Amino acid sequence: MTLLSVKGLTKRFGANDVLRGVDLEVKQGERIAILGASGSGKSTLLRCLNFMEMPDAGTVTLDGKLVGRRESELTQVRQRVGMVFQQFNLFPHMTAIGNVMEGLRTVRRMPKAEAQVRAGRELARVGLAEKAETYPAHLSGGQKQRVAIARALAMDPEMLLFDEPTSALDPELVGEVLTVIRALAEEGRTMLLVTHELGFAYHFATRVIFLVDGAIHEQGSPDEILKTPKKERTRAFLASHMQFSL
Amino acid sequence: MKWDFASVFDNTDALLVGAVGTLRIFAICLVLGLSLGLAVGLGRDARSRWLYIPATVFVEFFRNTPVLVQILWFYFALPILLPFSISPLTSASLGISLNSAAFSAEIFRGGIQSIERGQWDGARAMGMRWSQAMRRIILPQALKRMLPALTNRAIEIFKMSTLASAVAYVELLQQGKLIASLNYNPIEAYTAVAVIFFVILWPLVQFSYFMERRLRRDE
Repeated sequence: MTLLSVKGLTKRFGANDVLRGVDLEVKQGERIAILGASGSGKSTLLRCLNFMEMPDAGTVTLDGKLVGRRESELTQVRQRVGMVFQQFNLFPHMTAIGNVMEGLRTVRRMPKAEAQVRAGRELARVGLAEKAETYPAHLSGGQKQRVAIARALAMDPEMLLFDEPTSALDPELVGEVLTVIRALAEEGRTMLLVTHELGFAYHFATRVIFLVDGAIHEQGSPDEILKTPKKERTRAFLASHMQFSL
Repeated sequence: MKWDFASVFDNTDALLVGAVGTLRIFAICLVLGLSLGLAVGLGRDARSRWLYIPATVFVEFFRNTPVLVQILWFYFALPILLPFSISPLTSASLGISLNSAAFSAEIFRGGIQSIERGQWDGARAMGMRWSQAMRRIILPQALKRMLPALTNRAIEIFKMSTLASAVAYVELLQQGKLIASLNYNPIEAYTAVAVIFFVILWPLVQFSYFMERRLRRDE
């Protein structure tokens, strides 16, 4: 069943065409890894899916319903399509559990006691129950990102978008975040992940998309794209990324 | 020269009335000035020209004209244009509030713009409307950064309240003038007024330091 479908997505920043008519269908339970060189438009593609960026042209259909441009429609879509950022974007003036409760309280208008229980459960799921009362300034990068994932999960999204979730982390902290993401994959959640971790993409994804200059250059199963790519650009990209691997 | 405060102490009642008048106009102007300042500051931050241009005109006009002139204008000129008269309190409050709004608008705008874009992203990504993100995420963080500047504004408003004496509003300076002219004791009378201002303001400023420290507990 198709959960999200995108047609002719175009985005321009000034004179720069960042997305040139991307078509994409995401089925329930699919896990898509989006790869590409920097500037290829992968983050912008992700950010257009929940309208963090307004596409200049093209349509986004969620669950068979075309998404309009009214603020009420956009806030609805963003509740259903959760997002995790490279820079975490935790709210520094709130504790870990305060961050996770915030959407439930302010957007969902959930009573405080109920939101607290729910948020506590999400923090426990990412292994941070004991950090509930800690402010972000006292958390490591990996812990911050896990709180951010708990915050997104608390809204019960039908789909999760990860925008380079480990790129801002020290290498030794990458593993704990990827472990959480893998656990979500095992639950069968629908996820899109922009990443530079090719190894993780290979094991995580049901489909891999390779972007070049704002368009889908090649896509297929992880084996097809990461082991036997057909196109020259894909091969060159992989070669440059694998150059120093063991 | 011998200092003699007896004539001042004899007029404690008058000074108390003046202090109440000062506190009343301070409270009015603090609330009006800062809330209107927030509204104008949001206008200055807006993308829509219909908000940005009026907000900018407002700020430039009231920042670049003296408060005293504004107060006198509201008191003496406006009633000629309008079919009703305006009390000293109203004209002084208008002048001080509008001027404070213009200055605090720039503080609010700067504070709001200093918050990283990622905070907006985080708030919007969970489905918050603009107003919810502003109220729950952006303003609380901006307020922490703006507190020293807003404290300065509050001190200014408190001291600007003396300008209300120009339209004979009963506040501390007005009462001090009255005592000085009736008792021929300007040194004692004005010293007393200055001391009372200090005694009221100093604890307020200490309280704002306390708030600054409290707001820093998340660091």
